[in-house]
Amino acid sequence: MREIVLAARDVRRDYPVAGEPVHAVRGISLDVAAGDWVAIVGPSGCGKSTLLNLLGAIDRPTTGSIAIRGKDVARMNDADATRFRLTGIGFVFQRFYLMPTLTAAENVELPMAEAKLPRAARVARARELLAYVGLGARADHRPYQLSGGEQQRVAIARALANRPALLLADEPTGELDARTGTEMITLFDRLNRDGTTIVTVTHDEELAQAARRVVHMRDGAIVDQVLRRPLADAVPAPPHAPGTAQA
Amino acid sequence: MMLRLAMATLARRRARTALTTAGVAVAAAMLLDMVMLGSGMRESFRGFIEQQGFQIRLTPRGTMPFDSEATVGGGAALVRAVATDPDVVTVAPLLGAKLFSRTPGDSVVSAFVLGLDPAVQGDYVLVEGRDLAADDELVVNASYLAATGRAVGDTVQVAAGYDAQMRRVTGARTVRIVGRARFVMLGGSERAAAMRLAAVQAMGGRDRADRLSVVLVATRPGADIESVRRRLEASDARVSALSTAAALQLVDERLGYFRQLAFILASVSLAVGFLLVTTLVTVSVNERIGEIAVMRAIGVARWRIVAQVMAEGVALSLVGATIGMGLGLVTATWLNGILAAFPGLPAAFDFFFFEPAAAFRSLGLLVLCGIAAGIWPAWRAATLPIARTLREEAVA
Repeated sequence: MREIVLAARDVRRDYPVAGEPVHAVRGISLDVAAGDWVAIVGPSGCGKSTLLNLLGAIDRPTTGSIAIRGKDVARMNDADATRFRLTGIGFVFQRFYLMPTLTAAENVELPMAEAKLPRAARVARARELLAYVGLGARADHRPYQLSGGEQQRVAIARALANRPALLLADEPTGELDARTGTEMITLFDRLNRDGTTIVTVTHDEELAQAARRVVHMRDGAIVDQVLRRPLADAVPAPPHAPGTAQA
Repeated sequence: MMLRLAMATLARRRARTALTTAGVAVAAAMLLDMVMLGSGMRESFRGFIEQQGFQIRLTPRGTMPFDSEATVGGGAALVRAVATDPDVVTVAPLLGAKLFSRTPGDSVVSAFVLGLDPAVQGDYVLVEGRDLAADDELVVNASYLAATGRAVGDTVQVAAGYDAQMRRVTGARTVRIVGRARFVMLGGSERAAAMRLAAVQAMGGRDRADRLSVVLVATRPGADIESVRRRLEASDARVSALSTAAALQLVDERLGYFRQLAFILASVSLAVGFLLVTTLVTVSVNERIGEIAVMRAIGVARWRIVAQVMAEGVALSLVGATIGMGLGLVTATWLNGILAAFPGLPAAFDFFFFEPAAAFRSLGLLVLCGIAAGIWPAWRAATLPIARTLREEAVA
């Protein structure tokens, strides 16, 4: 029996738009086990990104609970939620959002510096992660010197820096061309096979097909779930794998 | 790393940062100049007064030293009476008058002459030759020499009065120029001379006999100057006694407008510096709103965002203030040169007085303004709703 990394229960998110309440997420319950890879798909405006923000503790549900490794992130105050995001969750965004003034290695080091990891340790970890995503030779390059795909790889390395329990990716292939998108899917697949628990929101059919489970959303609710590859097939992660969450 | 990120952010838009820093530097320079101007004239007066080494000045009742041509009679008796006060150690009588000198071309040049006792005078500093030793000797300044075409060692015909229509002088005598001096209370362009008091009094005939313009009084160390002043003023109804502190107070009153102007302009400088830094930091935060939201999303604490944004404001203010300090000193020197050339001002008179503590205080104030300027954009950056900002950025 695998550990349940993420357990969302009856999560709702309402917010007013022009004075009218919008029910962005309507009572969603979702479990994600360690080593799983869930792709959330659905039409634009169905609440996918809102759900991902709630799961990542950067937004609060109106009602319901979200437990990550047993901790209810929906009830945390801002400081605790920030600290939890730093060490417990990795984020990958559609637009990469690297710090343009920092090198690739420094971008990866940023969350580790915030977590007060000693400099030598974070430098070594950043190099290891960049090598893992295939950018070992580009560590000292700044974002503007990297292609879109390379920037997204750096963003993935940054997301894995503090060995999070959960990697959340919002349209990670949305800004990439087809070939680079495929390379990114291969990287996500490798990450998952090495033990990283992933939840992605995507419109990319190819990315969704690569996930172990596909969750379909419509009008703020889950309407269907398709299990594509059973979790039992997952190869246990070697303890040194860069993307592996700390025990 | 946050500090590095802050500095790198400033370096990202080099031209804009440089222009803002230049603006802050100009504001800092103006602030420094206004602080220097606010205290410069007062400190110059204090320097002159204290340089003379006398703490009290006796003048004809109701007048300021050399403010008018008023004199007081019975000078010798007045000096003797003042000298009997137990707290008085030196008494220096002065008589100011006009002196007419004949040039080699037979024209007449007028000058201001001080009759004094060279042993106790504090009005000039000898720079060439020697001091007065006899009644027929003259110590003059460079302007006098230039105007009369004379040099130290020359003899010159001088007089106490001159009738231009009759081209006739009164109280004429031939004196020898024995020294060249810098007169501390007189303008560099003003022609000035000093003679022994008895000679100046004698040249004026009966009108000047035993008359004095000012009596300078030095008190013993530790004496209560205000008590001495009150005693001296009470002892002779014909004179007013003015202490250094009272003289400076009078100067303060007369310079009130200058200080108000300096204060207003200094406040404007601070406001300009504040607005410049706030504008730049706010624009910088607005440009990076997505990056900041992502930093918050990946777990960077609020206070670190605040620190990073405020570090940008502090860095701008600090660099601007440092450059501004040099710029302020340069402009103060330049302006001082222009203002000090005003006719009638003492040669060593400074409008701008550099007082390190005051300068650092004012520039520290500017840096504080820089910190304050960063507060609002920093708070805005730290409290932005992460999810909504990311959504809006994605849509944008």
